[in-house]
Amino acid sequence: MKAWPRELSVGLALAALLGALAVFAPGFFAGPPLLSLAAREAPVLLVACGAAMVIVCRQIDISSGSQFAVVSVAAGLLAAEGWPPAAVAAAALVLGTTLGALNGLLVAGLGLPSIVVTLATMVTWREGLRWWRQGAFVNLPDGLQWLGLDQTAGQWTLIAAALGLFTLLAIASRHLAAGRHLYAVGSDAEAARLAGIRPAAVTFGAFTLAGALTALAALMNVIQSPQVDPKSGTGLELKAIAAVVVGGVAIAGGRGRLAGVLLGLLLLATVAPALTHLRIEAHWEKAIQGAIILLAVAAERARGRPA
Amino acid sequence: MSAPLLELRRLTKSFGGARALRGVDFDLRAGEVHALLGENGAGKSTLIRIITGAHRPDGGTVAVDGRPAGPLDPRGAHQLGIACIYQQPALFPDLSIAENLALRLETGGSLRRVDWPARHRRATALLERVGARLDPHREVRDLSMPEQQLVEIACALGAGARIVVMDEPTAALTQAEQTRLHGVVRELRAQGTGVIYITHRLEEIFVLADRVTVLRDGESVGTRPAADLTEPELIRLMVGREVAQPYPPAERPPGGAVLRLRRLGRRDSGVHDVSLDLHAGEILGLAGLVGAGRTELARILFGLTPADAGTIELLGRTVRPRSPREAVEMGLAYVPEDRRRHGVILDLPLAHNASLASHRRLFPGGWLRPAAERRFTEDFIRDLGIRGGGPFAPAGSLSGGNQQKVALARWLATGPRVLILDEPTQGVDIGAKAEIHRLVRRLAGEGLAVLLISSDLPEVIGMSDRIGVMRGGTLTAVLPRDATPDTVMAAALGRATEAAR
Repeated sequence: MKAWPRELSVGLALAALLGALAVFAPGFFAGPPLLSLAAREAPVLLVACGAAMVIVCRQIDISSGSQFAVVSVAAGLLAAEGWPPAAVAAAALVLGTTLGALNGLLVAGLGLPSIVVTLATMVTWREGLRWWRQGAFVNLPDGLQWLGLDQTAGQWTLIAAALGLFTLLAIASRHLAAGRHLYAVGSDAEAARLAGIRPAAVTFGAFTLAGALTALAALMNVIQSPQVDPKSGTGLELKAIAAVVVGGVAIAGGRGRLAGVLLGLLLLATVAPALTHLRIEAHWEKAIQGAIILLAVAAERARGRPA
Repeated sequence: MSAPLLELRRLTKSFGGARALRGVDFDLRAGEVHALLGENGAGKSTLIRIITGAHRPDGGTVAVDGRPAGPLDPRGAHQLGIACIYQQPALFPDLSIAENLALRLETGGSLRRVDWPARHRRATALLERVGARLDPHREVRDLSMPEQQLVEIACALGAGARIVVMDEPTAALTQAEQTRLHGVVRELRAQGTGVIYITHRLEEIFVLADRVTVLRDGESVGTRPAADLTEPELIRLMVGREVAQPYPPAERPPGGAVLRLRRLGRRDSGVHDVSLDLHAGEILGLAGLVGAGRTELARILFGLTPADAGTIELLGRTVRPRSPREAVEMGLAYVPEDRRRHGVILDLPLAHNASLASHRRLFPGGWLRPAAERRFTEDFIRDLGIRGGGPFAPAGSLSGGNQQKVALARWLATGPRVLILDEPTQGVDIGAKAEIHRLVRRLAGEGLAVLLISSDLPEVIGMSDRIGVMRGGTLTAVLPRDATPDTVMAAALGRATEAAR
């Protein structure tokens, strides 16, 4: 167990990048832009945590971006109808949990492959939303943005909420029996079943939790702007999965920690602004992020385990 | 006299510490059926795998037609005319008979044009040679097991095989199908093919084989003409004399019945009408050949494949476990046969593996406390004598015997009333084996009822208070603890002796 933890490699890469920025582009650390960046990425952290749970369980969920859009639009419409924020939040949470549970039901209940199920729900929610809303933005009532706080306080609140929830999840995944079951099922579902665990229930739970987290993320995103973009969340699922993989969670399930996911997300999210500050052309961003993902998977492979 | 078709000299092969073959001699002549016999684990499979090139021997020579044939690989064996027909035919179910034959027999590049009429003519001709009236267009998935075997044999013939190995070909066949297959084997013999025939059905040997070689503990105990042998002699050759090996004695007589099975069965797993009482503190051995239904019975008891007939009574209550989870809650524990795959979770640390089935017992309230888990793990590491790693070493880094102890630890932590062990010492070295034996005896001494499935005859006889023997999916005999290997083997083979009556 004394092997070099994967999280450490990611942490070192992140530290190196931040170090380079501190030397060559101290402007990166200026307050407001950095705070905005962190607030923008806070919802992604929650989606990535959900994705990590699903991947640890040896499944995949590529529908979270579409879930995010559906919940965002629904929350926006309810708020525009004049629902109080708490009621909007509760309804959004119920909706997201239901969407996640639907994935879980199809995968765990019917035994369908998760890549196909979530591909189907991804397309269905996204296209359904387009057909329903015709691409219309939802204007939010005044006072919802930043929950009536000023921008800086609102941003800090969001970041604190995301980190708090992340910490809770990280602790739960290691200290709750349910968390342990997730790893057991992801490592060897048959062995877990022989140990009296119900793999289907665990898988269902992972998808449902991912849906709930996506709903919370959507709420966190909605309150950052005066309007809801019906195309929001496009590509979010890939961003989340990238953070999970870079963070050292094995795509084959059973291994990895949420702490790594946080580091992976920070590393990937720092690339774009770092390029700007280091005066490298912005179109390198995706290539560099892709290279980081490949490197992470290759590093896992080099450790003698299938990534 | 011409050189034998196949000649093996002083073959040795070890897996890890276990010596599977210890210098085996074997020869096969053209136009003979040579039966290969032995208990489970005697080395038959290893010998076959060397002949077909799947394993390389550690030592010894293989000669074909009197010429040494270096270490074989599957391709080389194929070119020398060696073919193997397994009990479970290895055909592609979604392809037609003709396509299956073509895949093995046709050569040439991937982009060549396929001559479909020729392909079908050839398939028809080959099927005729083995006496199978089958349309070569049919998909293999639609064929019965014996039909698939005939396709395999046709394939071997098409490849010009002169040495055909048949590994328990009749294990799943009815009497009529068996007789038909014997006809095909005799036909092969008449055409000058050498057939190595592995079977557990003694009657087949006397109607089919020319010579018999018996393997025991990785050694050949002799090759004899089948006509010179009688059944009791064969059985004695297979089991040999009992090796004096100290087994821990029972500490006290068994208590009341914990588990009562009445006419228990499940149609699709072939288990039927199993009636059995298992007592507290008793080790009931379950002997039988591979495929006799012992693992299937364990899976029924543990709720993996729930029973559809009969009753299970646990501590006086009628139960019907429908999932492992329910079985665990009822007080059953099952250490499965395939330890490397499902007994422990190789990626997870020892501590996590050991606590997996008893989170609620160990951590009331559902909150896992690492310190408590560590203490619990250190306790059982000491108690069971687990070596090779601390509480947080991955289970996969331990040796087989130590992994088995971790699997045991998991179940002991659940506080079970009935412990089902399926081949607990298979692939485990001698030292760890003795430790597991002592451990199991100690657990029985503490009042646990143990069902011990084992194909290791000395083990099942040495460990058990009573020995149940299964054959053909049901319990055919329950023998007392002083049973001899001969009587157990005879019962497993369906051969009544006075003792088994």
